[in-house]
Amino acid sequence: MDSISTQIFQQIINGLSLGSIYALIALGYTMVYGIIKLINFAHGDVMMVGAYSGWFAVTVLHLPFLPALLFSMISCALLGVLIERIAYKPLRNASRIAALITAIGVSLFLEYGGMIVVTAQVRTYPPVFPDTRYILGGVYFKYGDIVMLLTAVVLMALLHFTVQYTKVGKAMRAVSYDKDAALLMGINTNNIISFTFAIGSALAAAAGVLMGVYFNTIDPLMGIIPGLKAFVAAVLGGIGIIPGAMVGGLMLGLVESIVSGLGASTWRDAVAFLILILVLIIKPSGLFGKNVREKV
Amino acid sequence: MRNWFNRKNIVALLGIVLLYAVVQGLIVFDIMPPFYKLTLILICIYIILSTSLNLINGITGQFSIGHAGFMAVGAYVSAMVTAIMHGPLLLGILTGAVVAALGGLLVGLPTLRLKGDYLAIATLGFGEIVRIVFLNMELVGGAAGFTLPSKITWTWAFLLMVFSVVIIKNFVGSTHGRACIAIRENEIAAESMGVNTTKYKVMAFTIGAFFAGLAGAIYANYMYIIQPGTFSFLKSFDILVMVVLGGLGSITGGIVGAVVYTLISALLAGIPEWRLVITAVFLVVLMIFRPTGIMGTKEFTLGFLGKKGDKNATSKN
Repeated sequence: MDSISTQIFQQIINGLSLGSIYALIALGYTMVYGIIKLINFAHGDVMMVGAYSGWFAVTVLHLPFLPALLFSMISCALLGVLIERIAYKPLRNASRIAALITAIGVSLFLEYGGMIVVTAQVRTYPPVFPDTRYILGGVYFKYGDIVMLLTAVVLMALLHFTVQYTKVGKAMRAVSYDKDAALLMGINTNNIISFTFAIGSALAAAAGVLMGVYFNTIDPLMGIIPGLKAFVAAVLGGIGIIPGAMVGGLMLGLVESIVSGLGASTWRDAVAFLILILVLIIKPSGLFGKNVREKV
Repeated sequence: MRNWFNRKNIVALLGIVLLYAVVQGLIVFDIMPPFYKLTLILICIYIILSTSLNLINGITGQFSIGHAGFMAVGAYVSAMVTAIMHGPLLLGILTGAVVAALGGLLVGLPTLRLKGDYLAIATLGFGEIVRIVFLNMELVGGAAGFTLPSKITWTWAFLLMVFSVVIIKNFVGSTHGRACIAIRENEIAAESMGVNTTKYKVMAFTIGAFFAGLAGAIYANYMYIIQPGTFSFLKSFDILVMVVLGGLGSITGGIVGAVVYTLISALLAGIPEWRLVITAVFLVVLMIFRPTGIMGTKEFTLGFLGKKGDKNATSKN
């Protein structure tokens, strides 16, 4: 194989690993938006907390990768429920902008509160994976890349199963379709909303651990930009639609690594936002979204 | 023909002149510490920003969170005019504001078709693109920032602030402003009553962008250095928070919000590590207990000084 196509394949592999992280974060955004129509700006920071609790589990508790992942997912699920109960629940019936400002407040609180707790110093993630590389047709597959993709795929499959085939999932879909009607049918909407936050935050925590492993360093402000980009991914696929978030995340990862591969890595964020604006102008409901007509 | 010299306007004018004279006196006689002066000029800048965002978000009911993008355009363009081309200060400020307004027009035309959250996301994306463009521009120093002399004095900042607020206030009271309020209350009803909604939305957006650019230009020509990082979406959030804090849709509320928020930031400057944590908690608590902001949609007016007719003409909503 010649070097250009090898290079392209290499970028596709990198893009898929990065994209699977975005997809995991985007899922949380999209689920929360689908159910209470709130852009949860604190979601990227929940991911940061996930990365730190994973780091804590690996370096202090000396856990191997999978238990550390579980530890961080569970602690962030609790954090997600806590945030929802304290900050968002009292605003369930307030204006959208008030809820948005609250989300920004929670986000700032996690970032700068985190800075006080763990200090602003950048920490190095311990190498949890062996540095093995597999070569297939000139393309490198890092052991870590494979584990990351696998983790993401397994988690997404689990999520899909939960939403489509379990009773809780059915209730979630009902609440996102029509909250009042769901309440009348005897669904405890408050619990379902908390459950949605728990799942979304757990996925974000997984993304945080993977992000720490992928980039090796973590800091309290690491959640801002990936959070924003995951949000772009969620909008790209159609916000509120779960498969849309997965596809959007992977697409965004691919676009970014291709732009970086072309040597314009400082422009890759701009390209991501440009795509976002184009999608919004051409098909505002996203790639997978249905066009809802407005009735007077 | 309206009588401009009624008692209310005269009292307002006297108040403004008095406020200016007191601060100017304190500065001239060197009584005011530099930190206070900085805070006062920042308050002026943030009043312009929050009032102009209020025009878009509060009066017209559109949801923009990319205001820092227009501020960045104004800041960088005016910096290029004053520092690279050595143009006069006023020309720099005006060029910055006009280019920002053109940017607003360019962004507003396609994106204002979007509603609610989607518009918010699009404007957020635009703001980030602007930041990245300046980050990659070698001419203005890239990530390291661009240094320029500080030419803005208290007089400049205060005069431009009063100018902006008066223009926006009068816009809101005009036919165009009424059309914008109609769009906020119910876009479909406004359209069926013959309001050209696209025109007025783009108009409000462009005017808002103009004054954001103006504020950015003042900021650039005061601060000695501008960096792309200053104009990230966190700055947009700051401005949005000021507007919501004071009361969305109330011009005076936006001013109160800008003053309160800047003062809180200044008061907490001694404990930088806790500053944003306290601000965050304050925000969440305020939103839970008073989601309409300090003033709601009410205006603080001097109506009690004028005749009855004036009172009806000035109170909104």
